[in-house]
Amino acid sequence: MSNRTRPRRVLIVDDEPNIVISLEFLMQQAGYDVHVARTGEEAVELIQRLEPDLVLLDIMLPGIDGFEICRWVRENPAWDKVKIIMLTAKGRDVDIAKGFALGADAYITKPFSTKDLMAEVERVLEQA
Amino acid sequence: MLQPWVIALVALGYIGVLFAIAYYGDRRVTAGRSLINNPYVYALSLAVYCTAWTFYGSVGRAATTGVGFLPIYVGPTLMAALWWFVLRKIIRISKVNRITSIADFIASRYGKSTLLGSMVTLVAVVGIIPYIALQLKAVSISFTLLWHFPDLSLPPINTIPVLRDTGFYVALMMAAFAILFGTRHLDATEHHEGLVVAIAFESVIKLVAFLAVGVFVTYGVYNGFGDIFTQAAARPELRRLFTFGDSAHAFENWFWLTVLSMMAIMFLPRQFQMAVVENVNERHLNTAIWLFPLYLILINIFVLPIALAGRLTVSGPDVNADMFVLLMPMIKGNELLALFTFIGGLSAATGMIIVETVALSTMVSNDLLMPLLLRTKVLRPSEHQDLPSLLLLIRRAAILFIVLLGYLYFRLTGEALSLVSIGLISFAAVAQFAPAIIGGIYWKGGTRLGAVVGLVSGFLVWAYTLPVPSLVQAGWLEGNFVEQGPFGITWLRPYTLFGLSGLDPVTHSLFWSMVANIGGYLVASLIGPQSVIEHRQASLFVDVFKQVRRGEHIRLWRGTTSVPDIQNLLERFVGRRRARAALAEYARERGVTSVEELEADSELVDFAERLLAGTIGAASARVAIATVVTEEPLSIEQVIHMLDEASQVIAYSRQLEQKSHELEAVTAELRAANERLKELDRLKDEFISTVTHELRTPLTSIRAMAEILYDHPELDTNRRAQFLGIILKESERLSRLINQVLDFAKLESGMFEWHVSEVNLRSVVEEAVASTEHLFRERNVRLRVVVPAHVPTVEADHDRLVQVMFNLLSNAAKFAQDWVEVRLTLQGDVVRVDVSDNGPGISPEEQELIFEKFRQLSRGTRNRPQGTGLGLPISRHIVEHLGGRLWVESTPGAGATFSFILPVMVSEGAIAPVGVQSS
Amino acid sequence: MNKHHVVGQRLAALFFFGMLVFNYPLLSLVNVDGMVGGVPVLYAYLFVSWVAFVGLMAVIVERK
Repeated sequence: MSNRTRPRRVLIVDDEPNIVISLEFLMQQAGYDVHVARTGEEAVELIQRLEPDLVLLDIMLPGIDGFEICRWVRENPAWDKVKIIMLTAKGRDVDIAKGFALGADAYITKPFSTKDLMAEVERVLEQA
Repeated sequence: MLQPWVIALVALGYIGVLFAIAYYGDRRVTAGRSLINNPYVYALSLAVYCTAWTFYGSVGRAATTGVGFLPIYVGPTLMAALWWFVLRKIIRISKVNRITSIADFIASRYGKSTLLGSMVTLVAVVGIIPYIALQLKAVSISFTLLWHFPDLSLPPINTIPVLRDTGFYVALMMAAFAILFGTRHLDATEHHEGLVVAIAFESVIKLVAFLAVGVFVTYGVYNGFGDIFTQAAARPELRRLFTFGDSAHAFENWFWLTVLSMMAIMFLPRQFQMAVVENVNERHLNTAIWLFPLYLILINIFVLPIALAGRLTVSGPDVNADMFVLLMPMIKGNELLALFTFIGGLSAATGMIIVETVALSTMVSNDLLMPLLLRTKVLRPSEHQDLPSLLLLIRRAAILFIVLLGYLYFRLTGEALSLVSIGLISFAAVAQFAPAIIGGIYWKGGTRLGAVVGLVSGFLVWAYTLPVPSLVQAGWLEGNFVEQGPFGITWLRPYTLFGLSGLDPVTHSLFWSMVANIGGYLVASLIGPQSVIEHRQASLFVDVFKQVRRGEHIRLWRGTTSVPDIQNLLERFVGRRRARAALAEYARERGVTSVEELEADSELVDFAERLLAGTIGAASARVAIATVVTEEPLSIEQVIHMLDEASQVIAYSRQLEQKSHELEAVTAELRAANERLKELDRLKDEFISTVTHELRTPLTSIRAMAEILYDHPELDTNRRAQFLGIILKESERLSRLINQVLDFAKLESGMFEWHVSEVNLRSVVEEAVASTEHLFRERNVRLRVVVPAHVPTVEADHDRLVQVMFNLLSNAAKFAQDWVEVRLTLQGDVVRVDVSDNGPGISPEEQELIFEKFRQLSRGTRNRPQGTGLGLPISRHIVEHLGGRLWVESTPGAGATFSFILPVMVSEGAIAPVGVQSS
Repeated sequence: MNKHHVVGQRLAALFFFGMLVFNYPLLSLVNVDGMVGGVPVLYAYLFVSWVAFVGLMAVIVERK
């Protein structure tokens, strides 16, 4: 699918193990280099270490929440190329607006259709 | 050699200037730019205290007694320090009560007594007439001296024909001045601006004139103070004046004269007029307190030098030391200065005469004649329409009468007495007012009877010990009782009453009259009871600074009248225009549009009485009001009743205040409740949002897994089984969540169905343990259950209790490291269940939070526990509903223990307490 | 109000001080036959005290 030499690196940030399992499967199927973080702190650490191409970010996390992580990433110009897709059960308009305001590239509410999710992931990664 | 016509012309010219200044002063008021609203003018107008006595007499006294002239000025200086309290209070009282004179003040204080008012007036007139005579005498002598110079042996003053006597013309002109500028308004409380300005001007003139003579003598004739004193010291009879001398009573005399002048500065009618009635602003007092004493110092600096110079220069039995001030410039040939000095003396005399007659005429008209008029049928207001003109006529006639009386006195007594001794007799007379006034403004117990008795006895003693013997000595009364005592009774000799000898006559008289006065005032006050009005006036005066505003005090009055009656009365006394204007103003204050709408209540009567008081004095106003008001005499019971009512009103207003406080509190509560509602609304919103989130989470896994399975038929069996397992688990979670949300909603709304029966907790525990066993096994956690053999039953819903135990056990299983213990114990009349784990524990802050909905704790585990966040809140709800309590105890790092207690069901027999039997 | 009170107290104190200064027995101390600066001792005492007294009143009342 991609001519690139190394596969795109995707970081999944979610604290629901079963959701992580499904996302991990989907991303691996699409050929990405998949990593998982289950808490905010872990996500921060992995973002710094791996500089992923894409972060699938849940909002309701133990410790640092998704909004905070998004803000933190966007405040650092070095990570301008890091794409962020907010993936959350928080579906209120205010939450969506807040996500975009903080610099998310896409916002997908749970539960999601796997096809829609994959299409959105590809679209976001194409922009890079 | 000054021609008499020159002197007369200059004097006339000066008086003309005085009229012009007064006229200008009055004009300025009309133009709205008052000259007397100025602390310096006020302080200077108080210097009316310095009369011809000061100007001429001080030098005469200094020339004969040395320091004897000084207490008259030291006293007022000391008193000025107390003005801050005393005079301020008198001014305030007078403004509040529209007091017009010192007689009015005393009458008003003691129940608006016409008797007291007329007595004070009589004492003042009798006491002051000689003082006015003194001024005329000084003018007359100084004029004659100036005219006859260098012949120093003057003809006896009272042999000059009246029509050729300057004193007579000055008297007439002063009467004219006082009439013109002192009776312009009917309302005696209104300020006589022109008059005050003229008096302040005169104060400047007399001071400048005296200082001019002083400087001329000290530095022109001699070489300064040292020169005069050194020359005088060489003469034993003058050196004697430098000290008090050897008299054993010199210090006593000094002290009593100081006290006497302290009273005089307050209670001389003219001082009261200037300091109190003409005061436009209480603050002016502040300046006067130091400026007026400063004036006294200045006018006294050269007294002794001039006196000594006079004694050194002039000698001979014919020389009147009182005239040294005038003689010195004349002898030294400075005619211009002599003329100026004469004008200075004239200004000192005229100032006194003008103010004194205005003050006395107000007293005579308001406190002596008015009550008489009001009590005489023919003159009653209803019979006489033009009262304002009559009042003014009375006042003008009184002025003329008083001035002429003064002149008559001067003609009769002639040169028998020195200026100072005449003045001191007057001082001692007005000192008789002191006990009634000072007592009246600081002691509520002083009564009318006390004031009358004190004043009468003081006055009689004064008369017997001062003016009577002086008249005898002047040859106007027959007899030798001064030396022998009346009927030969020696201890009644007027100058050594009861054998008290050694004091000079004034001191002697002052002492005995004060003993009689103060003694009479105190004793009579303490004997008799106060009438209602006396009591009211007493507190009005004594508590003047405590009254916040007019009309706040309780009105002890009951009577009937009508508005037209009041209006007619006012119109007759103060004139139609003023009465209408005042009533209209009053109506506006009361908030009604016209006078007709006013109520004839006690407040209106009070207002009318005050208005009248400003014109005819408090006592007369009361009599006048009584002609249109049928006043019901108040008994003590009624007074008490009215006071009760007043206190009820006060209590009622307190209640109102309390009510409004309560209302405020209720409002605050409502506001808080509203806030709470808003908060609840917000919480509901949050609840729905959270529930939605919680529902979506398992649904997400289910949908994702289902789609993966659907899209990837090629998946191997293990994967398939794993994914299907996830779908099942998440579906269970979803249904549990839905049930719990429903339960919770029911619990919160009170629609939860309860099936209460006798429940054995042992079976509850066992059931819950059985249904959670797989959880423990999965997580490899050891479960220990400690339950006693016999457990009493509790009254509860069995299924709900199982739900509670299930929640606690599954939580424990989730967080425990490797063991969980369930312990059931009996503690008195409760059963207690503890579920302990050795997990990470819960921090103190979080121990209450976990019982709120959707509060889930990660408790440090890497995996988020699979809960709904509703288990603990629901459990607590259930236990509390069943009459128990659920709580948690935990030390972070050392596990947690969730416990609940439920009351043991009491069997029928155990209910009745032991030992109590109904009979 | 408070200032008013303080001024009143000072003036009252000054009054009592003045009563002392201008009366027996202090006056008897200066009732001597002598001159100071060309002026009899008694007069010098009286006038100096007098000026001081008035000066103090002015200071007390006018001090803002």
